[in-house]
Amino acid sequence: MSDPLVIAGREFKSRLFLGTAGYPNRQVMLDALAASSTEMVTASIRRISLAGDDESLLNLIPKHIQFLPNTAGCQTARDAVLTAELAREALGTNWIKLEVIGDRELLYPDTEELVRATETLVSKGFVVLPYCTEDPVVCRKLADAGAVAVMPLGSPIGSGLGICNQHVIEIICARSPVPVVLDAGIGTASDAAIAMELGCSAVLLNTAVSKARNPVMMATSMRAAVEAGRWSRLAGRIPKIAHAEPSSPQFGLVGT
Amino acid sequence: MGQALEIRVNGRRAPVAAATIAELLAEQAVELGQRGIAVALNGSVVPRSVWGETALSPGDSIEIVRAMQGG
Repeated sequence: MSDPLVIAGREFKSRLFLGTAGYPNRQVMLDALAASSTEMVTASIRRISLAGDDESLLNLIPKHIQFLPNTAGCQTARDAVLTAELAREALGTNWIKLEVIGDRELLYPDTEELVRATETLVSKGFVVLPYCTEDPVVCRKLADAGAVAVMPLGSPIGSGLGICNQHVIEIICARSPVPVVLDAGIGTASDAAIAMELGCSAVLLNTAVSKARNPVMMATSMRAAVEAGRWSRLAGRIPKIAHAEPSSPQFGLVGT
Repeated sequence: MGQALEIRVNGRRAPVAAATIAELLAEQAVELGQRGIAVALNGSVVPRSVWGETALSPGDSIEIVRAMQGG
């Protein structure tokens, strides 16, 4: 079935975006990326170690996979904008996963700074995908500011708590003029499937795969879950009712 | 290369003999040809194409970054 995801004019066959951090080793990461069939991976921008670095991430990732650099850890719009500009120079892409963190413990986004940074980066020609709170008003403001997608959190980064407020994610998906990517909080495959069933266009996850006991097997599982959730969404689920509805014919019962 | 001047490299004060960004990278043993690195001078990105002609001044603040694993 051909059902490509289109963001900012670019087509993706896979609706699973994967992080590249925290794998037991590089080979496991590469095997997990392959198993997931992902076509977009996140990367961070950090000060170079002047003591000498190991092999660049750039040389490792297969060419068909696009980089989505992030501004992880930035706490102000100013720092996030500079980090995005450095990422564009370092990776040769104007795509940016915009993170502006307002609380170091919860890693919750700082919405005011996030909207401001989105406006600035859009004006500088960036393709901005902001990581945001699961708030329909915030998502609308980000889309109005020129974000090409919005990426609300399901639950705190790395928590594995899944989607704590499914109702509001469904509302965001129903109202958003741009694709919704569920980012953060996915713990296991069913969480990813639920995100897609709620109407998300894609899922971005990292820890659920990289820290699984078997990351490659979990990557395979996430791939299947995202596909299953998407197909289920497109197929149209039955309505929920509060009583039983027999599946078998009600006539010709034996003994009546 | 002229006499040592004091600048900040990745947040640390460092006396350097380099006169340009390209010379600074060489001095810091950063391989110039490697992909995935970027440089900012006083908060503005300096494109790779002008590293060789961008002069350093005392008190400059330089960020040298690279793409790494991330989520």
